[in-house]
Amino acid sequence: MNEIRIVSATGILGSGFREETLQRAMRLEPHFIGADSGSTDPGPHYLGSGETLFSDSAYKRDLRLILLAARAAKVPAIIGSACTSGSDSQLERLVGIAREIARKEKLSFKLAAIHSEQNKEYLKRKLGEGKITPLANAPEFDDQVIDRSAHIVGMAGIEPFVEALERGAEVVIAGRSSDTSIFSAMPVMRGLNPATVWHAAKILECGAACVVMRKYPDCMFATVRDDHFIVEPPNPEYRCDPASIASHNLYENSTPYELVEPSGVLNTFAAKYEALSERAVRVSGSTFTPAARYTIKLEGAELAGYQSILIGSVRDPIILRQFDSWLAGLTRAAQDRIAAVFGADIEGKYRLDVRVFGRNATMGVLESETAIGHEVGLLFQVTADTQQRATALIKSVSHIAVHYPVPEWTGLITSIAYPYSPAEIARGPSYRFNMNHVVEPASPLEMFSIDYQRVG
Amino acid sequence: MAKLWQVTKLIRSKNAGPFELTFDVIFKDHDTYEKVRDAKVISAEWFARTYRLTPEVVSVIHYDAASAIKITIPRPAISGDIDDTDVFGGQQYGPLVDLEVP
Repeated sequence: MNEIRIVSATGILGSGFREETLQRAMRLEPHFIGADSGSTDPGPHYLGSGETLFSDSAYKRDLRLILLAARAAKVPAIIGSACTSGSDSQLERLVGIAREIARKEKLSFKLAAIHSEQNKEYLKRKLGEGKITPLANAPEFDDQVIDRSAHIVGMAGIEPFVEALERGAEVVIAGRSSDTSIFSAMPVMRGLNPATVWHAAKILECGAACVVMRKYPDCMFATVRDDHFIVEPPNPEYRCDPASIASHNLYENSTPYELVEPSGVLNTFAAKYEALSERAVRVSGSTFTPAARYTIKLEGAELAGYQSILIGSVRDPIILRQFDSWLAGLTRAAQDRIAAVFGADIEGKYRLDVRVFGRNATMGVLESETAIGHEVGLLFQVTADTQQRATALIKSVSHIAVHYPVPEWTGLITSIAYPYSPAEIARGPSYRFNMNHVVEPASPLEMFSIDYQRVG
Repeated sequence: MAKLWQVTKLIRSKNAGPFELTFDVIFKDHDTYEKVRDAKVISAEWFARTYRLTPEVVSVIHYDAASAIKITIPRPAISGDIDDTDVFGGQQYGPLVDLEVP
């Protein structure tokens, strides 16, 4: 029977898994080990700045165990979305870590590095040809957006992975790629039904997230056949049931029934989830519709400005009883003071925002609860074109805020509690995701170059 | 009348990418799910009223396989942008928790 057995090491590389769980999974003779290493969840900072969500030590710990297990079993290790956003510098960072592990552990392998960062001139040409189109809720997109972007990556489908595997890569590290492509590439390459494969990949991509009660990050295991797959956690403390597997389709997805990939759409509407045991679930019945046009999703981040912030809180019932007018007056006074110090032309060169904890700091415009309690927290935030300017402005806000009066008290009051000295905190650059669009490349490999390196 | 949290195993919110926000209400048992689903307590209209939106932008999906109701809306601010309040979108489900259900 044609089957592919897959171990997913963890939901995101660097978050960890148990060494003994991976060893247990390896005894089931997987055809490869996969792991996703990225996400847009922690926000635009990682794509914008090139920093990584986890420390090098955390990546090293997880990648070392994966590479040791994969080389011992002589099966490929496939890692996607290197170091959070999968830009070129983040890809190089993870490749560097892999090389260092290989040196220390005396491993040798053929490594493929798949580049996902996009050329700006290429994208402008595609835009001019009408080959870039928006997805849901997308912001405006033009040549200037492309120019302003610190980094732009394309989310690879299975094709670059398949290419690397066909050329004999034993370790594949990719820049930005869809989470599911990491797990779908080999089984699709071996001819298994794409509907079964993509559904299995969706369940595997978050590691142990699909178990009934996830207590810590860990590995997941699936056996994929043509018309069904079986998912069973390799950790004996964990179990899956039909509801936990079906529920996983909800996660981070706008609909549980569809998963859009570059090459087509997985539809799980008719899927059947059956318990095979107390711990294992058999899944069948999904369908896959090949896309009429092959598209690659873009992710970009641009600098939104530099920020300095100020954190404080208010406890005085007299101030809290007139909180809205007090805060509005304070904000106006701070803006007037800024204009007096920096000149009228400072107007339009900065933004002052205030977050009110205890009212709507969590939900913002979505909040309908208006009452406040016995204290509120305040976060003043200045955004400007340089860090120096942001910090200079927040210093003026800070002094106005700490002594802003109410009519009931006569004499100088100190109206905010600041927990820190200095009260002002420089936050550095702030980035913005600036596109939610897809490109139609001439071929699936056009946007992704692959380097092959002999390691060890 | 029970509260929604009492009949569910999980109520959560999360980004569905940086431009959309999605809510999952996963019920403890299928019968209660069907009862709440059919009573249409969690409708686009109710959700829009509660979250100060227009019903047209609210998508409500019934997912029988997991006894779950999913609601998806456009994010009011792009994840991590200057106006955003919740980068992961993880703390937006509060108003659902104490909703009274049949």
